[in-house]
Amino acid sequence: MKKLIMSTVIWGLTAGLSLAGSHSVIRMGTEGAYPPWNYVDDNGEVAGFERELGDELCKRAELNCEWVINDWDSIIPNLVSGNYDTIIAGMSITDERKEKIDFTTNYTQPDPSSYLAASEGADWKTGIIAAQSNTIQAAYIAATGATLVEFATPEETIAAVRNGEADAVLADASYLNPIAEEDPGLMFVGDRPLIGGGVGMGIRKSDSDLRDKFTAAIDSMKADGTLNALIVKHEIGETF
Amino acid sequence: MFEICIDPEKLSGLSWLTCYITTPKHLNLFYSVGTVLLLLLITAPTALLFGFGGAVMARSKILLIKIVGNAYISIVRGVPDIAFFLFFVIAIDQLLEWTRHKILCPEWSEPIRQGNDFVVCTAAKLPLSSSPQWIHEVYGFLLAVFTFAIVFGAFAANVLYGAMRAVPKAQIETAVSFGMTERKVFHRILIPQMWIFALPGLGNLWMILIKATPLLFLLGVEDVVYWARELGGTKTAKFTSYPHGDWRVWYFLGLLIFYLAFTRVSELIIDNLMKNLSRGSATLGGDLQRYVGR
Repeated sequence: MKKLIMSTVIWGLTAGLSLAGSHSVIRMGTEGAYPPWNYVDDNGEVAGFERELGDELCKRAELNCEWVINDWDSIIPNLVSGNYDTIIAGMSITDERKEKIDFTTNYTQPDPSSYLAASEGADWKTGIIAAQSNTIQAAYIAATGATLVEFATPEETIAAVRNGEADAVLADASYLNPIAEEDPGLMFVGDRPLIGGGVGMGIRKSDSDLRDKFTAAIDSMKADGTLNALIVKHEIGETF
Repeated sequence: MFEICIDPEKLSGLSWLTCYITTPKHLNLFYSVGTVLLLLLITAPTALLFGFGGAVMARSKILLIKIVGNAYISIVRGVPDIAFFLFFVIAIDQLLEWTRHKILCPEWSEPIRQGNDFVVCTAAKLPLSSSPQWIHEVYGFLLAVFTFAIVFGAFAANVLYGAMRAVPKAQIETAVSFGMTERKVFHRILIPQMWIFALPGLGNLWMILIKATPLLFLLGVEDVVYWARELGGTKTAKFTSYPHGDWRVWYFLGLLIFYLAFTRVSELIIDNLMKNLSRGSATLGGDLQRYVGR
């Protein structure tokens, strides 16, 4: 019995040793709940702007990539502890996040956020405003006079406005546009505050090789216009 | 899945619903029900084993073993489940990777902890980043089973410890006077008779275990609650062939019925077991069966 346990342990410790190479597969962490950036389509696959962008970047950087879904709240801790190698989830580059992880160069322009409400007269200045937790919008509302209610997923922030729990929701315009188009009961109100410094891929600080590879790939897509084409196709916002 | 589903816009009513609930994305909900059942099926006996070990250790006459057993029971029972789940799983994952790192990459000179990052050599990763996604999922699932077993094992240990002490002293004394060794008393008298005292507590634990399965999502396993929330949310026509409004209430109603039915069936089985175990045992329940009739 002892022998059996020992050999199991040794097998566990050495399993797949021969397969190991430096970064043979890059695991791409995304949220999968933020259309048109990233979402799970009817086939259960990750789809959207960042899926197409990520696949193209991996091709250019000659990397073998695999997609992993992780909820937004724990997306940085799970990157840092090594469950996947990149975050590609519409994450804006901010100083606060830069203390924990590195970012590639930005692949979208800074995009103004918008307030979406259920009535024209909604109080977006001092009312109750919904936002997804741990986002630049949540931090922005907390600094204004409004009352912040946070939700774990983007979809729940919209539901909160629909059922009257919140007066308005603050989110990226690119996320709100398709929702406002289909629901006549929702409309944009108030300012369009410009927060955040564009979206980039999050990468572990210790992984600077990988960061440089993706930055180079993003730069090459910026240079030949393919990135702009993707931004236009998915209606993400301003082009470069 | 079905041929009629090729053009969802033309469908309506029941055929739309049939196509909707059989999209590959929606099937994940049904798979996750299987995941939950599998988790319970593996965790319950494992936790019972942990509990039995803990109870026997806590009863030991050797001081050190007694202390270890008691420490396990009281520490795990005292720490909130969520804190335990968040801390323990990351800790055990990093401990395994750290061990593999020390064995597999002795020539590695950089520190493992670099600021926030936990960096081990590629060969020490668990599972290897080159392994397919299902291996990552199985690994996460096994970590979940292990964590659940540790937590519920501590509660089970407490129940079993109490049950062993509840076996009437006269039974033990009689066995000893028959000349049975300590081992024999334990195996033939104490263990068979303690179950009747343990069963109410263990049944209770089983119910709590069923209700605790949504904690799986904390461990990165996509469980029924995750899929109910994800599938129930409003879907815009731009991103799916099956747009719908906020259906979370229906999905969660389904979950409610699922869990209620599940706990009800468990209750019936436990009651039945209780009746069978009471037969002929030296408890009030057993006495009642003898005198009042069955």
